[in-house]
Amino acid sequence: MQTPIATTRSATGIPTGRLAIWWVVASEIVIFGGLLLSYVMHRIGHPEWAIAQAHTHTFVGAFNTFVLLTASFTAVKGHEAAEKGDGKKAAKFLYLTMGGACLFILVKSLEWTSEILEGYTIQANGFWAFYYTAAGLHALHVIAGAIVIFFVARDAAKGRNLQRVEYVGIYWHFVDIIWIFLFPLLYIAK
Amino acid sequence: MAQASAATVHAHEHGSHEHKELHGVLKYLWSTDHKVIAMQYLFTGMFMAMVGGFLAYVFRMQLAFPGKSVPLFGYVSPGRYNALITAHGSIMIFWVAMPVLIAAFGNFLIPLMIGADDMVFPRLNRLSYQVFLLSVIVILSSLFVKGGGFGGAWTAYPPLSANAKYNLTPLGSSMWLMAVALEFVAFLLGGINFITTLMNARAPGMKAYDIPMLPWMVVLASIMFMLSVGPLIAGAIMLFFDQNLGTGFYDPARGGDPILWQHLFWFFGHPEVYVVLLPAVGIVLEVIATFARKKLFGYKTLLYTAAATAVLSFFVWAHHQFIAGIDPRMANIFTVTTLIISIPIAEMCFVIIATLYGGNIRLSTPMLWALAFMGEFLIGGVTGIFLGASGADIYLHETYFVLAHFHYTFFPIAIIGTFAGFTYWFPKMFGKMLNDTLGKIHFWGTIIPFNFIFIPLFILGLEGQQRRIYDFQNFPELQHLQPIRILATISLVVMLLFQFVFFFNVIRTWIKGPKAPKNPWHSNTLEWTVESPPPHGNWPPDQMPKVYRGPYEYNHPDREDDYWPQNIPPEREPTPSPAR
Repeated sequence: MQTPIATTRSATGIPTGRLAIWWVVASEIVIFGGLLLSYVMHRIGHPEWAIAQAHTHTFVGAFNTFVLLTASFTAVKGHEAAEKGDGKKAAKFLYLTMGGACLFILVKSLEWTSEILEGYTIQANGFWAFYYTAAGLHALHVIAGAIVIFFVARDAAKGRNLQRVEYVGIYWHFVDIIWIFLFPLLYIAK
Repeated sequence: MAQASAATVHAHEHGSHEHKELHGVLKYLWSTDHKVIAMQYLFTGMFMAMVGGFLAYVFRMQLAFPGKSVPLFGYVSPGRYNALITAHGSIMIFWVAMPVLIAAFGNFLIPLMIGADDMVFPRLNRLSYQVFLLSVIVILSSLFVKGGGFGGAWTAYPPLSANAKYNLTPLGSSMWLMAVALEFVAFLLGGINFITTLMNARAPGMKAYDIPMLPWMVVLASIMFMLSVGPLIAGAIMLFFDQNLGTGFYDPARGGDPILWQHLFWFFGHPEVYVVLLPAVGIVLEVIATFARKKLFGYKTLLYTAAATAVLSFFVWAHHQFIAGIDPRMANIFTVTTLIISIPIAEMCFVIIATLYGGNIRLSTPMLWALAFMGEFLIGGVTGIFLGASGADIYLHETYFVLAHFHYTFFPIAIIGTFAGFTYWFPKMFGKMLNDTLGKIHFWGTIIPFNFIFIPLFILGLEGQQRRIYDFQNFPELQHLQPIRILATISLVVMLLFQFVFFFNVIRTWIKGPKAPKNPWHSNTLEWTVESPPPHGNWPPDQMPKVYRGPYEYNHPDREDDYWPQNIPPEREPTPSPAR
């Protein structure tokens, strides 16, 4: 399939891909917005959930926050390289971002395993149900991001579709910002 | 995005023009052409409309002649009855109104009306249909799994929907939820495509206020859909976990709250009404301007009105919960917002009337449908005021009055609006002219029985007849209303039978209808400047249209013809400065 004329037009002056990724982010914000708002309303109504929440591992969450933010930093560096037309360097930074995503998932799985072994399953109570649902939905976004970043990085290394480095970067920052909301809500606000 | 600089656009007109066209079966299954995808959505939607209509026939027969075997179906058990009404509601909204009004008309017309050769993301478009097709397969097969189809109504309120102990459909309810979720994904993908296409792929010279109403309305609807469906996706995940993982999000015994679902559902569910309304209004406006031969009255007013409707629709949802135990002070607030939203809708009606006033009206089949839309939707809107006012709603809630009200909104939207659009653009879609006489027989054969189905249901509702009851013989105080139920059912059967006139007309036209010219209705918008049906790529690459004026310049005083297509250069060119 070859590119239609429509795809090459830009009546707004904004590249079509960037426009689209912002609309993707907008639609994702309302999904997480609905979930987190539901959680906050329930959490306010159930002060006793604090007992369950005390069992979350704040240090592990903080470490994962650090990992995600670092991955965002390398995504920015990748964008900077792509702007200069250096596809190889952009790909290197994107692979680092992908590594960050994998590390995040690894830490998360270890964390969840220990919690489940302690008996805090998704059925344990309302807090754990929200905990696994919200963090799980976020983790799915991290995994999806890692996969997309891999393909974009592979292309960028060959100097193709460098504009996409910016688009995956925007998506990755969004995934990061969701975690910035999740971390205090699930780990800190005890 | 308002002021598109023509220069920038020009600089970008260098895409490769050589589209590769697929052949054989692949052409229809794997094509990325927006017109083929539109046809896929249209035919799938029409098939689902037949399924939905058949389901309505079955349960209406049960209500009119309870306990008797229904011809073509058989005996209706109470569980089966619940599955039938649930499937009818879900299918008509998610698998008929959405794919036909938004996806089929949007896909076919947005690129043609804004002068583009395709959507900006053709492969995303194809993926959108494929996901949609998957959702169709899931919802249809859910009716035949062990335990039967989901019977908790299209609103799927927990605890009934959350626990197989109550709904007795362990597979059916999860499959229903998955089908709805897949459908949402399909329309999110399609919506992003529509929005970015309208923003970026307009023909050179087409400024924001030169865009015809239909693309505007489909895109506004897509934005509304995108911003309202998110919380329900989150809610659906929670409901799925309640069904299958044993969580208690909606179970008060375990710290959950069943009302939460009602909020998440109606935060989407009410805007959804306007999501399907706006494209139907867009179709009606195109038809009315063309057949009144008059400039659309108040283009900008209408656009801002539609935007106001879109914004307001996010603040009315709790009027579905006046008797769900919400705080009465909150009920007051939502009564006010609900009544306010009737203002922009009334404004749309006045704009249509003002466009008709003094026009040179031609009563062709599409115009009849468009006018009927106005009249019938008005009844739906006015009865909505009773339901929006919390005082009256406490009496009318969950009665047939509600049912008749929303069928007076949804039927004009999904059926009348679709037929207006289908008969209007049929020549462009298929290159043949439909028979006008058969079209008018079909029109009257649909509109008259429609009123005979639902006006009786208003009466039943006012008499206090509750919705979602399998057999009214068990309610002695409602016994004397049986003749009204039979009248409604017979009218439904008559209306369904008249649809065969439509199918006959389409098939007859397909075989031996007269060939359609490029612009049979003498309309102004760009889709009428291509061949009927449009070839792959729409316009020859070197003749992509340019736009010089707004879409509704009918009977312009400076012009001899009574229409002035958007792409015709002004007759008196501004004198070019002498070359130096």
